[in-house]
Amino acid sequence: MTEAYIYDTVRTPRGKGKSDGSLHEVPAVRLSALALNELKSRNNLDGHAVEDVIWGNVTQVGEQGACLARSAVLYSDLDERIPGVSVNRFCASGLEAVNMAANQVRGGAGDAFIAGGVESMSRVPMGSDGGAIAADPHLAMRTYFVPQGISSDIIATKYGFSRDDADAYAVESQKRAAAAREEGRFAKSVFTVKDMNGLPILDRDEMIRPTDMQALGGLNPSFKAMGEAMPGFDAVALMKYPELERIEHVHHAGNSSGIADGAAAVLIGTREFGEKTGLKPRARVRATARIGTDPTIMLTGPVPATERVLDKAGMSFGDIDLFEVNEAFASVVLYFMQHFNADHGKVNVNGGAIAMGHPLGATGAVILSTLLDEMERADKETGLATLCIGSGMGAATIIERV
Amino acid sequence: MADFTMNVDADGVALITWDVPGKSMNVMSFEGLKELDALTTQALADESVKGIVITSGKEGSFAGGMDLNVLAKLREEAGDNPAEGVFNGIMDMHHLLRKIERAGMDPKTLKGGKPVACALPGTTMGIGYEIALSCHRIFAADNPRARIGLPEILVGLFPGAGGTTRLARKMGAMAAAPYLLEGKTLAPEKAKGAGLVDEVVPASDLVAAAKAWVLSARDADLVKPWDQKGYKMPGGAPYHPAGFQTFVGASAMIHGKTQGVYPAAKALLSAVYEGAMVPFDTALKVEARWFTSVVLNPASGAMIRSLFINKGALEKGAVRPADVPDQRVKKVGVLGAGMMGAGIALVSAQAGIEVVLLDMDQAAAERGKAYSAAYMDKGIARRKATEEKKEALLARITPTSDYADLAGCDLIIEAVFEDPGIKAEVTKATEAVIGADCIFATNTSTLPITELAKASARPEQFIGIHFFSPVERMMLVEIIKGKETGDRAVAKALDYVRQIRKTPIVVNDARFFYANRLIIPYINEGIRMVGEGVAPALVDHAAKLLGFPVGPLQLVDETSIDLGVKIAKATRAAMGDAYPDDAVDDVVFWLFEQGRLGRKAKAGFFTYDEAGKRLGYWEGLADKYPPAAMQPDVTEVQHRLMFAQALEAVRALEDGVLMDIREGDVGAILGWGFAPWSGGPLSWLDMLGAGRAVELCEGLAERHGARFAVPALLADMATKGESFYGRFDAARAA
Repeated sequence: MTEAYIYDTVRTPRGKGKSDGSLHEVPAVRLSALALNELKSRNNLDGHAVEDVIWGNVTQVGEQGACLARSAVLYSDLDERIPGVSVNRFCASGLEAVNMAANQVRGGAGDAFIAGGVESMSRVPMGSDGGAIAADPHLAMRTYFVPQGISSDIIATKYGFSRDDADAYAVESQKRAAAAREEGRFAKSVFTVKDMNGLPILDRDEMIRPTDMQALGGLNPSFKAMGEAMPGFDAVALMKYPELERIEHVHHAGNSSGIADGAAAVLIGTREFGEKTGLKPRARVRATARIGTDPTIMLTGPVPATERVLDKAGMSFGDIDLFEVNEAFASVVLYFMQHFNADHGKVNVNGGAIAMGHPLGATGAVILSTLLDEMERADKETGLATLCIGSGMGAATIIERV
Repeated sequence: MADFTMNVDADGVALITWDVPGKSMNVMSFEGLKELDALTTQALADESVKGIVITSGKEGSFAGGMDLNVLAKLREEAGDNPAEGVFNGIMDMHHLLRKIERAGMDPKTLKGGKPVACALPGTTMGIGYEIALSCHRIFAADNPRARIGLPEILVGLFPGAGGTTRLARKMGAMAAAPYLLEGKTLAPEKAKGAGLVDEVVPASDLVAAAKAWVLSARDADLVKPWDQKGYKMPGGAPYHPAGFQTFVGASAMIHGKTQGVYPAAKALLSAVYEGAMVPFDTALKVEARWFTSVVLNPASGAMIRSLFINKGALEKGAVRPADVPDQRVKKVGVLGAGMMGAGIALVSAQAGIEVVLLDMDQAAAERGKAYSAAYMDKGIARRKATEEKKEALLARITPTSDYADLAGCDLIIEAVFEDPGIKAEVTKATEAVIGADCIFATNTSTLPITELAKASARPEQFIGIHFFSPVERMMLVEIIKGKETGDRAVAKALDYVRQIRKTPIVVNDARFFYANRLIIPYINEGIRMVGEGVAPALVDHAAKLLGFPVGPLQLVDETSIDLGVKIAKATRAAMGDAYPDDAVDDVVFWLFEQGRLGRKAKAGFFTYDEAGKRLGYWEGLADKYPPAAMQPDVTEVQHRLMFAQALEAVRALEDGVLMDIREGDVGAILGWGFAPWSGGPLSWLDMLGAGRAVELCEGLAERHGARFAVPALLADMATKGESFYGRFDAARAA
């Protein structure tokens, strides 16, 4: 079988996803085009250089609507013969794009692809695309729909993570992210977002902030009111998990992923593609997986997705040197580590979305770039990236250096 | 004779009057719908008719709703394809109401229609209000006793003749929710404020006002908002930002409230949601599809049968001895003014019955009467009662400590302490003063009636009337026949229960009668599971997911642990070595020894705050009975709780304690909230099918013990492929 190789990874810094965030002024299509241009110029991708641009993007309405992937290609310096497809697997869209590209390469459907994604959460609010799973009474009741925040609290309750556990995890994420940024560990992938005149807009992840247990302790739980009062999602959660007496609401703004703006792109191709273009592969995509899980607890997908991807790779958990588990909520990573009895020293070593933010459609590609950069820096062989996904799914990818 | 008649006056207004012969309130049948259709068609076609007023010939009411028996018939008559039959029947109804609404107007220009007004003399429910909603203007008489609304959801249906679609489009999903999802009804003035009716006028002017409007109405007055270009749903359609929040919240709220076991609320919400995104006529079709799914759902059929048809039949005296003349009570003597006695006095006085409330000393009797005063004060504070009503009610209650005051009573209800000795004394003292015809009833929940009757000089006039607590709220009354109880005593008890507007069941005397015979195994099965290491939350939640208002552990805290201990001791004494509940007693006696007597002690299975609010399961429980690492499937827990009761109902039927399956089912739902969607324990077994029930029981018996052994009756039915309602309804009809 043809192997798929990663040749390069680039990403924008993650901007705060609110109207006072640095990237709020940059339209999603330009943010995308900037990432595509960065990848093109760093790798001399002239002409019909890649087969397709597979672009993760969650909220596909407004300026992110109408196949943003194709719009981004046309906005960028890429050749117009390169098409573009937007993909939505919620929070794992960026990783799903990478996996689709890798699997198309392996299947012989093209020599090279650009995969990645974007989300401007400050400009196109999360949830503004509606969705039957929340609003269609038949489906919402059939799936025992609750919002993700409630799901994260179900995980904490069911697997016994306290508010302190979640806060301690968040403090550590901030500490690791700050240290990593200080040491320049993200420098390989991160490029400066500039305006049309070349003036810099943002050159570093801007959401990292010093914090401690005391500061986090002062925050109110974010999902208590919607759970216990109106409209009462806890009652729905307890119908699905009747062995729980009540839902403990441990998550808040400080131990959940931040709302962010950002884009990331990954160049993937065959070995021949590298030989032809003179590019050197950095890693091989060893295996990919995706899986559906119970939609109510929703966010436990990284565990079965990891089991599945390890199985496909013929590897065991201990064979992996480094893990990126998307920090959608503290309990998601805590559950992952509890289940696999994982060493926190190998998981999210440079912090994650709790500290730096989670631009939905981009994050999968972002954490893959962070993983690969760290594997190279620390001289590790194998890495695994995984994310939990809305509506109960999980995705995972194993890469190894070549 | 026709249900509808039409008269055209000199001004050219056709007055269509609904007046179903032989009924005090109009009820819609399919014949009625056909008549209304024919008259509407005729009036619309007749050029001399300028407009229509639809009203009722009944004083104080327009309509009580649809005849639910007809709905059942519609399903049955559809034969092999009930879905098609029901759907087509519903669509016929839509076509008729849509004909009224469009009233002959040109569908493009929206001009040239004839004005149709509805004139409601009073109470207007269900289909009655759905007809009104299809008219162009709704007039209601200023009758404060009238109620207007759509109560369908309360019997397991939803408004299926366009009421759902029209009200949601008229008011928006959020504003319509109380009327559609809770079945809230309003008096005319409030209905006008809420937008349910357009005008409230004096009853004497009702038809004239409606006619005047018809004569003055213009084309634009006849066009409903949803038939106008650019119509937008108030509050936002589902994918409007505000509407989205409404629908997300509504689904969660309804799901949590109904615990997923009531198909009607869910289907209603789906009809509103799907209907909101399509044109009006398509929305009606969508509503009809969802309504059909509810009518065909076994749970709806079961609920209508138990909660409407059979409950109604029992209230009207289905099991009353036919040849005993009217036994309505004029004066009741209530012995014992404790909580039960005070409640019995209250409901009796509310029904207009004279009450003599007797206790050991005058002060105790006065305290019992004060309960009624406090109750009425609460009603006054909520504007549901008046000072005059309170005074009139209190005037009917005479508190006393003198047995002589009981003379002249035609019914005695004894509600003293649950002690056979005390009861015997009281019985003798009372019989010394009451007349020869007086019936003596004892309110006991556990003591055998035949034993208590031994204290009576006239056991054929001695009977059990078991009230549930609190008396004024609980709808069920269990009447127990002792071995020698005669027909007149039964008729007396039934006529009395009818007077106080509760639902009776009549059972034969045996340990725990019927209700407690089922409630106790329900509680015990729950406690037993805790002892086995099942998470207490799983036990109670499993029950709630079946539609029980309270789980077994919560229930035993409410009824008290010491009562459980008392019953267990008595049962053990009676049964000897055959006593099957040692595993239950291990838990209950241990709690008792810890002084955890239940809610009243602010300590039981749960912990409570100072005000008696439940905080959570007591931690000591998990220390003593740690939940097992592997918890059973919720279905296993539910089957244990359901069969613990349902098999007891079968045995009660086998033993002859239960004489009529309808009573077993209605009693269980009204008495302790047995899974209402199932239609009751026997109805639930029918839903499963006897064969499947036997299979499940065999599995349960193997895993959990002989209490789940298949009763002979159920085994026989499984062999013959019979159902309870098939077998026993046929037997009754024969």
